[in-house]
Amino acid sequence: MQITLKLFATFRNGRFKVAEQELAEGCDVRQVVLSLGLTEEEIGIVMLNGRHGELDSKLSHGDTLSLFPLVGGG
Amino acid sequence: MDKIFRVNMTDLTTKIEEVPAAWAGLGGRGLTSTIVAAEVPPTCHALSPENKLVFAPGLLTGTAAANSGRLSAGAKSPLTGGIKESNAGGTAAQMLAKLGIKAIIIEGAPKTGAWYNLAVSANGVTINEEKELLGLGNFAVIDAVETRLGKKTGVLTIGPAGELKMTAANISVKDPDSKIRSHGRGGLGAVMGSKQIKFISIDSEGAKAVTIADPEKFKTAARAFSKALLDHPVSGEGLPTYGTNVLVNILNEAGGLPTKNFTVGQFEGHDKISGETMHDTIVARGGKPKHGCHAGCIIQCSQVYHDKEGKYVTSGFEYETIWGLGADCCIDNLDDIARADNLMDDIGIDSIETAVMFGVAMEAGILKWGDSKEMLRLLTDEIAKGTALGRVLGGGAASVGRTYGVTRVPVVKNQGIPAYDPRSVKGIGITYATSTMGADHTSGYTIATNILNVGGYVDPLKKDGQVELSRNLQIATAAVDSTGMCIFVAFPALDIPECLPALIDMINARFGIALTGDDVNNLGKYILKTEREFNQKAGLTNVHDRLPDFFKTEPVAPHNAVWDFTDEEIDEFWNF
Repeated sequence: MQITLKLFATFRNGRFKVAEQELAEGCDVRQVVLSLGLTEEEIGIVMLNGRHGELDSKLSHGDTLSLFPLVGGG
Repeated sequence: MDKIFRVNMTDLTTKIEEVPAAWAGLGGRGLTSTIVAAEVPPTCHALSPENKLVFAPGLLTGTAAANSGRLSAGAKSPLTGGIKESNAGGTAAQMLAKLGIKAIIIEGAPKTGAWYNLAVSANGVTINEEKELLGLGNFAVIDAVETRLGKKTGVLTIGPAGELKMTAANISVKDPDSKIRSHGRGGLGAVMGSKQIKFISIDSEGAKAVTIADPEKFKTAARAFSKALLDHPVSGEGLPTYGTNVLVNILNEAGGLPTKNFTVGQFEGHDKISGETMHDTIVARGGKPKHGCHAGCIIQCSQVYHDKEGKYVTSGFEYETIWGLGADCCIDNLDDIARADNLMDDIGIDSIETAVMFGVAMEAGILKWGDSKEMLRLLTDEIAKGTALGRVLGGGAASVGRTYGVTRVPVVKNQGIPAYDPRSVKGIGITYATSTMGADHTSGYTIATNILNVGGYVDPLKKDGQVELSRNLQIATAAVDSTGMCIFVAFPALDIPECLPALIDMINARFGIALTGDDVNNLGKYILKTEREFNQKAGLTNVHDRLPDFFKTEPVAPHNAVWDFTDEEIDEFWNF
């Protein structure tokens, strides 16, 4: 299955902004995170199709997954 | 001992007063709101001599506590018709605190057309007639005051917008680089203009550090507090790297980035105006990606933005300004937004109110969506010059909506709604609706918990828990706004257990008192209730604690969310 993966802030350093990713069926967010060389602790916000997701969230074909470190502003 | 400096602009007299016992434990917002509530008739016209303009540094301002250099300004707001506190960084707060000034209260108004400046020093305030600097922008005023009185002089000033008494006018504060921070919201610049004061200079020559009752205890607490600020990923890493503008991409992903005057929740050009792009642009052009708005700031969320030639354009370039001119007006040119930010600083006009106003002006057809060049022209040729159109625009979003018959006008109590769509981030909608300040994200920043996973998580698209979240944050924020602390200390305070006790310990060590967490919570409640009582006497009732109708009737993409709180559910906010 294919998903769109978007990275933000420091996660882009040495990686990419947005890329199409080919994944095995049943893959979850944690597996994507680890495949990027990131740790679970580094993840601040997971957005799956514009909603907050979890590391355990299962991915489906056509999903958009966005990963942010813990950042804020206002 | 700290004193109250009182200035009467009707008879042009000044005096130094003892601090009444009831005000001794107050600072910042707690003090400005208490004074306004005690001394300003709630039904007065905000631009009449009966209104008073109050400045107060926070309880910890002037000490070595990190991030404690914020100044509160308070008055009845000409924009909302209610009470207003607006706080800013810069150099003035620490100078006033070191001079032992608990508050400056400016009352009355001159009977003639003459304009004045005020000179504040340890000896009191002098009132001087001002002719030379009238009509000038804030950057020129700061330069001229430094030439007249020396580089170290603190400056509070209004630009043409304040002189013209526009309801979006702000008060500018000189920052450590002789640039500008602003008491942005609520039209306080117009109140200063109504007193016919162009600028206030501050001479802190000979001032000593504020006295600390228990220096050892203070030092220990200050160290723990700084550590918490630096340890938290938001205040320690995210904010200094990307500034507040890191939020553009996050809110865009969450579908809460108000776009095209609040008709959609995502903006196609988001990446061009994002914090990530801004950071890379600043670094490439030799600007400063991190910068503090006052001495002792260790978060450094500000920055200095240069143009393509490497010349200064603006600093303190905030997410809300960039969102408003960017997504809300469909402008994806960060350089033009930076230019507009500089102009707004110079004219002395609130960059949030003005950005929301331009969205409404585009809806009204005054200029085309995305037309950044015409936006810059309207700022320089109409607003700065006070033409008839400029005065309508300088009145803010509601003013333009009324004048041009626009129905989609995102305001609460006449004040423009900032940066976060209340349909797709529902907690902030409760804050906009119920804040005593009119629509104001800083008065109870639920984005932390709704979007950023700070202080737990409350689903932004559901109603559950939002009223309680907003209430808790508004109470805590009112208390923090009294300490002189930057509101961003809330990020570590929500997540790191040692942070809030260290803040309370610093206050106790400073004054030799024994406040508890409950006392601080009660201070926040007292401030909100005092402000609300003033608003109610001014004619603002719970009917004004509502969002505009279009949020109920127009679903916002991509989640097709609507504002679905009942009036009764909103009114639950005040049950404390």
